[in-house]
Amino acid sequence: MESYSRRWFLGAGATTLVSAAGLTACGSGSGSGGSGGTITAFVYGDDAVKVQAKAVSRFNASAAAKKAEGKVKLEKVPGSDYPAKLRTAMGSPNAPDVFFNWGGGSIKAYKEAGQLVDLTDTIKSDPVLKDGFLPSVLAAGALGGRNYGIPMRGMQPVILFYNKTLFAEHKLQPPTTWDHLLDINAKLKKANITPFALGGADIWPELMWLEYLVDRIGGPEVFDKIKNGDSSGWGDPAVLKAAETVKQLIDDGAFGKGFSSVAYTNGGAPAVFAKGKAAMHLMGSWEYSTQLGKFPDFAKKDLGWCAFPKYEGGAGDIRNVVGNPTNYWSVNARTSNKDAALAFLRDCASESYARDLVANGDIPTTSNAAKLLDASPNPGFAKFQYQMVQQAPAFTLSWDQAVDPSSSTPMLTEINKLFVGKSTPARFVAALKELK
Amino acid sequence: MSTAVTPGNGRRAGRPGKGVRAGRPHASWALPAVLFFTFFAVVPMALAFYLSFTKWNGLGDPQPAGLANWKKLLDDDRLTQSLTVTVLLTVVSWAFQTVVSLLLGVWAAGRQRNRAVLSAVFFVPFLLSSTAISLLFYALLDPNFGIIHRDTLGSTSGAFLAIVFVGGWQFIPFHTLIYQGGARQIPEVLYQAAAIDGAGRYRQFFSITLPQLRNTATTSGVLMIVGSLTYFETVLILTQGGPGTDTAILPYLMYEAGFKSYDFGYASAIASFLVVAATALSLLLVRLTGFGAMRSTREGM
Repeated sequence: MESYSRRWFLGAGATTLVSAAGLTACGSGSGSGGSGGTITAFVYGDDAVKVQAKAVSRFNASAAAKKAEGKVKLEKVPGSDYPAKLRTAMGSPNAPDVFFNWGGGSIKAYKEAGQLVDLTDTIKSDPVLKDGFLPSVLAAGALGGRNYGIPMRGMQPVILFYNKTLFAEHKLQPPTTWDHLLDINAKLKKANITPFALGGADIWPELMWLEYLVDRIGGPEVFDKIKNGDSSGWGDPAVLKAAETVKQLIDDGAFGKGFSSVAYTNGGAPAVFAKGKAAMHLMGSWEYSTQLGKFPDFAKKDLGWCAFPKYEGGAGDIRNVVGNPTNYWSVNARTSNKDAALAFLRDCASESYARDLVANGDIPTTSNAAKLLDASPNPGFAKFQYQMVQQAPAFTLSWDQAVDPSSSTPMLTEINKLFVGKSTPARFVAALKELK
Repeated sequence: MSTAVTPGNGRRAGRPGKGVRAGRPHASWALPAVLFFTFFAVVPMALAFYLSFTKWNGLGDPQPAGLANWKKLLDDDRLTQSLTVTVLLTVVSWAFQTVVSLLLGVWAAGRQRNRAVLSAVFFVPFLLSSTAISLLFYALLDPNFGIIHRDTLGSTSGAFLAIVFVGGWQFIPFHTLIYQGGARQIPEVLYQAAAIDGAGRYRQFFSITLPQLRNTATTSGVLMIVGSLTYFETVLILTQGGPGTDTAILPYLMYEAGFKSYDFGYASAIASFLVVAATALSLLLVRLTGFGAMRSTREGM
């Protein structure tokens, strides 16, 4: 164990040294905006990354790259470590020039540290970018009315997926109301099928349940208040009611017994769902590309989808959506080749980029998307999702991305405690009200 | 940082002044080690201590924050829970690993060929990276596709025992090796004398082997305890401190503060606390066990 602890300390020490060196580099102000040289792009390394990989090779071979005298090197960072690795890199001299993010709270700290290129004027003066994307999606990634990101992936609403074949076998219809859902749960359990797959080890899949329940019970205004920094908003009766509803589901065995040992990121929860051990899965729309990558037969034959059901007597519209509007590329203010970075970003508005996204099962947030959806591997799903977002009266950004990172971790911890039974709905609400 | 302490203690209790210099290499021989230790242990520790008095989110310059982080540390309920879990994990790991590796080590000390072959096989887990081992067990403990079809990592005791077991699985081979070496140092004459006096196999084990392994047990115990205090990857991969916060040991709490909430000031305060606690604990152990004095086990022979 000794050798291990030593190694651990060395690692920590090296990180500290690197960070310290980063500080110095910051202070002396390294040159920015110069031309020439390869730029690095950090991207979240999941199954959808092949679209970005293709875009990079297309860009590197293009005339735009030659003109900017730069090439892009794509670094795929494994999923669950992405935010921490990005933060460490951004504090060091080896920061990426362009990086993937979720907009909103996820880039607030970088903006406050002056590390982001303000893209507002670039977008305004460039018709390709200005008219290339749905304005609402561009706006959703903005901070204080200024744009810092270019949409680069599909829209990601959270959808209730279900196994069509299993539902047909047991003569079930996808749920439209909460009581209907409880009725389906009872029938599935009788047939020895877990109603819902849930990757509880990752915690954020648990978060999705609360996001939707709070929306359906209390309407989108409840979280809006919290997002704007008023933690008394957690005291809204809808939050307590949502927590109690979750507790009932768990006690009822709706997620099976072992959900807190199952992760989404390592493929556990998608496998439970694809192999028919669970009949439904509340997940972001990327579930489709994940299943297409890991269990193509299941994705093509059995995968069905519907909106999260309505809660009787609740204030929320069934058309309301929660999730991530999309992901964004942001540019580091210290980049060595800003021209190349901006030229690379313009490719995201191109039709070939949108086509690649569609081919991967994603719905681009570009304005040219609607006419491309027929080419999607599953046009039905593509159109369902596109309309869902287009018609949504409210699109609530995922809570963990919307709030400040410093209160996001304790919030997720409290949610996990609620799910594993280490807390009660009342204590859950009390703990959240304590968050700054 | 226990290692830095031991030589000092050794010298105080050392032999008479005469001839101390004879045969000792020049002080400059220690230079590479001292430089290495300074740059990779002392400097980062000093930096962390400095950061514990600042507010820093990893970007820009740290802002002085006075004692705010330390006050928060004292008030934090999670620290108390974390400390309890850390102590519990240390004690249980120590007991589990000591018993198993003592028995295995004494067994492996025999010179038979099959024991040599099996010892080599037992040593393999120690050669694997702890991350790889944790990922392997994480897959094995999956309730749907693993070997145990239960929510092992979702229950408090299950998650705790899984961490103890996985840690033991990895480090028992190392401690077995220490005990094997220790057992082989025991003079054969002791056993021969005991056999003449009519002592059986068990009597020999309890009256000769165990007392003779006293110093070995101390060495291995200090390594285990200090190691457990900085145990991290297994917790990160197997449980992420869960269920809830039930297995969030101190190093994990530190990681969470630093790399999830980006509160590097508070994370550094936890780190400094951990350094102080680990140093104090290993000093205490060295004192209590008389390890520093290194009394010979062959007294009276």
